[in-house]
Amino acid sequence: MRKLPLNTPTPAHTAQGLAGQSAKHDSAWKHVSGQARYIDDLPMPEGILHAAVGHSQQAHARIVSVDLEAVRRYPGVIAVVTAKDVPGHLDIGPVFPGDPVLADDIVEFIGQPLFAVAATSHEAARKAAKLANVQYEPLDAVITVNQALDKELFVRPSQTQLRGNPDQALSQAPNRLTGKQVVGGQEHFYLEGQACLAEPTEDRGMFVHTSSQHPSEVQKLVAEVLGLPIHEVQTEVRRMGGGFGGKETQAAPVACIAALLANATNRPVKYRLSRPDDMIQTGKRHDFFNTYDIGFDDEGLIQGADIMVAGRCGYSTDLSDAIVDRAMFHADNAYYLDQARVTGHRCKTHTVSNTAFRGFGGPQGMMIIEQAMDDIARHLGRDPLDIRKLNLYRPGRDITHYDQTIEQHVLPKLLETLETSSDYRQRRSEITQFNQSSEALKRGLALTPVKFGISFTAKHLNQAGALVHIYTDGSIHVNHGGTEMGQGLYIKVAQVVASAFQVDLERVKVSATRTDKVPNTSPTAASSGSDLNGMAALDACEKILAGLTDFAAQNWSVSPEAIHFSDNQVQIGDLQMPWASFVQAAYMNRVPLSSSGFYATPKIHYDPKSGKGHPFLYYSNGAACSEVVIDTLTGEYRVLRTDILFDAGRSLNPDIDIGQIEGGFVQGMGWLTTEELVYSDEGKLLTTGPATYKIPAVSDCPPDLRVALLADSPNREATIFHSKAVGEPPLMLGIAVWSALRDAVSSLTDYRFSPPLDTPATPERVLGAVTASQVWAGKQQEAS
Amino acid sequence: MIEFLLNGRIEKVDQFDPNLSILEWLRTKMRLTGTKEGCASGDCGACTVITGTTDQDGNTHYDAINSCITLLGSLHGKELITVEAFQQEPRHPVQQGLLDKHGAQCGFCTPGIVMSLTALHARRKDGTVSDHQILEALSGNLCRCTGYRPIIEAGQDAMVKEWTPDTEHPAAGMGPGPSDSALSRIHRDNITVEAAGGARYDAPVSLEDLRSLRRAYPDSRLVAGSTDLALEITQQLSSLDHLVSVERVPELKGCVLEGDELVIGAATTYQAFRKTLCELWPAFDAMLERLGSLQIRNRGTLGGNIANASPIGDMPPPLIALNAILVLDGPDGPRSMPVEDFFLGYKETALKSGEFLHSVRIPAPKPNETLHIYKISKRLDDDISAVLGAFRLTITDGVISECRLAFGGMAATPARALQTENALKGQPWTENNVAAAINVLGSDFSPLSDVRASASYRLQVAGNLLRRAWLSSDSLPREQLTVTDYA
Repeated sequence: MRKLPLNTPTPAHTAQGLAGQSAKHDSAWKHVSGQARYIDDLPMPEGILHAAVGHSQQAHARIVSVDLEAVRRYPGVIAVVTAKDVPGHLDIGPVFPGDPVLADDIVEFIGQPLFAVAATSHEAARKAAKLANVQYEPLDAVITVNQALDKELFVRPSQTQLRGNPDQALSQAPNRLTGKQVVGGQEHFYLEGQACLAEPTEDRGMFVHTSSQHPSEVQKLVAEVLGLPIHEVQTEVRRMGGGFGGKETQAAPVACIAALLANATNRPVKYRLSRPDDMIQTGKRHDFFNTYDIGFDDEGLIQGADIMVAGRCGYSTDLSDAIVDRAMFHADNAYYLDQARVTGHRCKTHTVSNTAFRGFGGPQGMMIIEQAMDDIARHLGRDPLDIRKLNLYRPGRDITHYDQTIEQHVLPKLLETLETSSDYRQRRSEITQFNQSSEALKRGLALTPVKFGISFTAKHLNQAGALVHIYTDGSIHVNHGGTEMGQGLYIKVAQVVASAFQVDLERVKVSATRTDKVPNTSPTAASSGSDLNGMAALDACEKILAGLTDFAAQNWSVSPEAIHFSDNQVQIGDLQMPWASFVQAAYMNRVPLSSSGFYATPKIHYDPKSGKGHPFLYYSNGAACSEVVIDTLTGEYRVLRTDILFDAGRSLNPDIDIGQIEGGFVQGMGWLTTEELVYSDEGKLLTTGPATYKIPAVSDCPPDLRVALLADSPNREATIFHSKAVGEPPLMLGIAVWSALRDAVSSLTDYRFSPPLDTPATPERVLGAVTASQVWAGKQQEAS
Repeated sequence: MIEFLLNGRIEKVDQFDPNLSILEWLRTKMRLTGTKEGCASGDCGACTVITGTTDQDGNTHYDAINSCITLLGSLHGKELITVEAFQQEPRHPVQQGLLDKHGAQCGFCTPGIVMSLTALHARRKDGTVSDHQILEALSGNLCRCTGYRPIIEAGQDAMVKEWTPDTEHPAAGMGPGPSDSALSRIHRDNITVEAAGGARYDAPVSLEDLRSLRRAYPDSRLVAGSTDLALEITQQLSSLDHLVSVERVPELKGCVLEGDELVIGAATTYQAFRKTLCELWPAFDAMLERLGSLQIRNRGTLGGNIANASPIGDMPPPLIALNAILVLDGPDGPRSMPVEDFFLGYKETALKSGEFLHSVRIPAPKPNETLHIYKISKRLDDDISAVLGAFRLTITDGVISECRLAFGGMAATPARALQTENALKGQPWTENNVAAAINVLGSDFSPLSDVRASASYRLQVAGNLLRRAWLSSDSLPREQLTVTDYA
């Protein structure tokens, strides 16, 4: 550089947009004006082709023959590839083997990709892909969790966490209840379907634009299927149109198929899944079958528990080992189980391989203990909130069934606060009154807590990198390993960097996540995005700051303690310099203005063999109180009001966090109410689009929604500015709605009977619970 | 060739494939990528755009529609506004509201939401918009990130603010100023477009022209709002050879009271007939509010809902309950029949080759008549019914002198519960008699199980809806009758 840029005038005010302020999403204007680019919006490179795949029509079969003549002959088709054409690895399993990028001689679910087509238009590729003539030799197919449990068909060995002697505690407890539940799965329904654009490079490598939460894994797997060293493949993620876990591993097969076709044709290939293809081909939240056997005293205090959770993993392992682990880690939710056994099964079925989804098994595990809480309350004739409060972890009863000690007891106080602010007791009595006078409609109320462990349970993933550059006009450029899917990670990291240098947020730009900027990144998952990447970015800033401080101390002969960065200025002894002038002085004196940063989460460990350890750095906590009204004639219902209190620690951006909380709550509510995945007996998914799969719509947002962050609750751990993770935990606040629905039904039996209510609690299932309650009441009457 | 305004500029398109949707054209031919594809089935709203249509008085009305299931050919003579019209100052209050409230997270659904709310903003008359109207405007826009609260609040903020674009703004017509005169210069004659591959699109402008086309091409497919037909193209990947649009035939449009009958043209959209129909029969209102989304109701037509002969269309059961008369037309001239007789079997109708639906004649209420319409679905907004019950009851001196009970979702066609009707007719309108009638429903229907509901649920709910009708005559407060009143 021969000439430095002219100084931009530095406003003499407190730096704007630092951590803790509710800065807007960095793409907000682009979002509302349609200028934010997603994969399918990128300018089309010369010669671009479009991809589609042919699906298996059988759940489990040997492929006898595949005739692709008609596919190849379809106008516009340029290339067709099968498993035999894969130059490198065929298997792209993310953790364990078992996921062929294209099926070879065995198919294991309806919709499994058999071959891939590249054509000159999206439409031609899709139409051609339907023309294959495939002959199958059917094999026995296992479709449901219970079928797999019966056959003991698992993708990974079952695990058990054990403390004390639960069998003895159960047999000696004054009260003992058992229960079971089916917890439904969930389609991610990110509004932007899976998409990827692969462009061959001049070295026969690949540059991949992907809509992925895990660009490094896409990079690695594309390199593997092409038989290339990783450095020949680079990936970029600017943003996703929603992820929710559905683009953690599931984006990679899409990218690998695009890359295979790009490699075969030496032309750029875009592969964008239509909504039905996306719903058929990609994994979902695991549905679970859970049981409990629980012993408790006459007050409702738990003395022993034997809990079983079993998830439908689908045909391969994918992330299911860790997902069922997390279900086991959360089978206690917020409660001390005392003598406890938690068993987790990873059921193999001939359905799509289920995958990460916000909460990662945690929500499914929590459901069983929350059902037990309601059941204990009905059994003892108590308010369920009293039973929940009684069993909360608290000092003295603070060690989980996997031996981690709860160090920060947020929930006892948080529940009390929410109980008061939501007017729980007053409304409880009003609801009881309403129910006595209303024949067809009944109201219900529930207040449920969430305690969610924060850290990847796969220890090595708890690391992150960042790259920070300062340019000579004082503007700052940041890259980190996290990806932006709408959660506001980029703006939070930018706020961290602005805070580190005490400059206005508008000086800081975070650009697309690229594997050639920050390597070997972990997925943006496990609610870890800002915890990990914020810390890595801060580390980079601190390295630069250390060099700048040394320089200033030497150059102006002051002690390092006399140097302060604040308000877009640098104070050097008595001298005050605008930030940009100081940066220029550093540049002219050949001081580094760029650094990488790194972070590894401390303290965590877990031994799956013993089922003991300290898998989480800390827990995020919150609670929701929901009121519903149900129609006992039809099972229809509405959520009337929801109050939420959530502990985000010292929030990096309160408004963005509230957005996560509300969005998570509504998504969790949808999971437990209207979102129903229906499979045929043969294993074919029948709900393949929004016409049949109903995520919450605008009228489902509670008309009275009151959300607050817990005040004065900095994280006791040394997280980024003592904030707490907020990505996944709010999803489980939706359990309050399910529990309130059960509460409303329970009013039919004067709260003596706890009706079964599997999820999703569609109007049909609610009506089923109503009918079961009426039958129970009838029998009671007969008996008396 | 068709002509229309795209964000303020005249576009002329010729020789296009009649199967081409507006969305496909925008994204692939024009590379205007602000409008997104989320589902290509009209269910998510990411593709929402606005069309301006000029009425006989020269006023332009702006409606949000789903561009993914609206055919390009339908744009002739209209104004098309996409999010790209809103990339300049002054920012629209809807955009400012979304910014202020953090109403966008991933941003993918956001352009569609901007379109739905700006269309509502353009339609607001005196600056007041109820919260209910905001929910209705957003009923066809799915957002997976926010949970909607900030979007609703953005709408509330925006509706009380003015937006005054200058006359050069690409969406100037949506502001308070006069609408663009360029629209009036587009011809209003018959349209015929032939694509390179031979597929053909016709949009006649008179009943006589429509009859001639149908005479000459009896195998052509009729299209009105295309909210159902386009799914064959986008979901089944079919290519239709010849489409004849009824959208521009004035004789098939309108909603007028003739004596004691309301006559609704078959090509009249739900939104166009809703107000008049509900003045006559208020029971339609709550159901129509939940039929599809506003985007669907802006395009979908009464004739389309009847002619596609789905067992779960929402209009046929109440029309059957009211014994409405269907007027058909075609090469051999008009004929009419009760709506009930139109449905011959699953997706099978009485339409003969070359025939089309002309209009529906709905009788006005008579003394002692009440109409109940109950729609049951998993979700309140934009969901297809599991069961729809429509009951017309005539109760004279406490006795059911006449009744017609029609259901959707209970059989292969919309159908009456004849034996249940007989069980009620002549009986006093009492709880016991209603309960006895409910027990007869099982002999009227053997419904199917599918993704929406099981057979047993359908049968149980169908009976319980009769009980709800009984309860509703007991002058119960609304908050004790249906949960949908809480929405």
